[in-house]
Amino acid sequence: MPKITGAVEIDRERCKGCDLCVVACPCSVLALETHDVNDRGYHYAADVNAAACIGCAACATVCPDGCITVYRVVEK
Amino acid sequence: MTPEEIKKPENIVAKRPALLNDNTMHYCPGCSHGVVHKLVAEVIEEMGAEHIAIGIAPVGCAVMAYNYIDIDWIEAPHGRAPALATAVKRLSPSRLVFTYQGDGDLAAIGTAETIHAANRGENIAIIFINNGIYGMTGGQMAPTTLEGMVTATTPYGRRVDLNGHPLNISSLLAGLEGTCYVTRQSVHTAAAVRKAKKAIRQAFENSMKGLGTSVVEVVSTCASGWKLSPAKANEWMTEHMFEAYPTGDIKNTTTQKS
Repeated sequence: MPKITGAVEIDRERCKGCDLCVVACPCSVLALETHDVNDRGYHYAADVNAAACIGCAACATVCPDGCITVYRVVEK
Repeated sequence: MTPEEIKKPENIVAKRPALLNDNTMHYCPGCSHGVVHKLVAEVIEEMGAEHIAIGIAPVGCAVMAYNYIDIDWIEAPHGRAPALATAVKRLSPSRLVFTYQGDGDLAAIGTAETIHAANRGENIAIIFINNGIYGMTGGQMAPTTLEGMVTATTPYGRRVDLNGHPLNISSLLAGLEGTCYVTRQSVHTAAAVRKAKKAIRQAFENSMKGLGTSVVEVVSTCASGWKLSPAKANEWMTEHMFEAYPTGDIKNTTTQKS
């Protein structure tokens, strides 16, 4: 069975911390940074559980600001 | 695999569309406008129409869309986008002309322009963001506001005896001969976003084929106007807005015509 691994890259300064990607993620990869803010004062999203990512791109699809780049590798 | 091995350009499955530029959008966190902007940029990019697309953005939060999507834009007076789009499309029929309007714009002040442009069957695409509120001016009641919904001007909820019924303008437009495609979509989940993208693509293609007016209504949230968090606003929309504005195609005559 092919193994699917994914990774996300978040444009921290563009993120407004709306939380929609966190809700959309089926693998609980993302969470809002609680102790840090970006230059505009938002708690940006971060991949706190990066190993669980399957690269489904649900986060990037719902992101209103286009902050998320999703990568996916299928190992056969 | 290490994250460095995965994060290579050839493995990208989703990224910000190239037409959506580096300017940070002025929309509130979680605003549906951002998602729809992204879809418009993606569709235009996929159609290779970046040099022929002209967007018309009238007054509303999206009036500053020209700051974010790198195509030609015209700003219209409040509600007058379909009239302006008529002129642009008639003068330059080879251009992809679309309007991007909110509910206060399309369903209130611009009702006449919208209905007449649709009735004439102008070959334009209308993207209609329906969040049931005047978002830009501070959350006043719009014609599409739901019954009982609390807004700045209806603090005790919209009363039907006083304020009338919520205006279902897409169904109204579907009844006109000039429209070829009227659909209602939403952008609250990844699946819904993908469907909305297909709808926008079809509307733009109809416009280029000269089949008539296409209307894509996007049932949206206004987290600031509704005074909810973006995630809660999506839940509220699913619970309440879809009852009055069910998603799906309302009219599609393009399959018979082509």
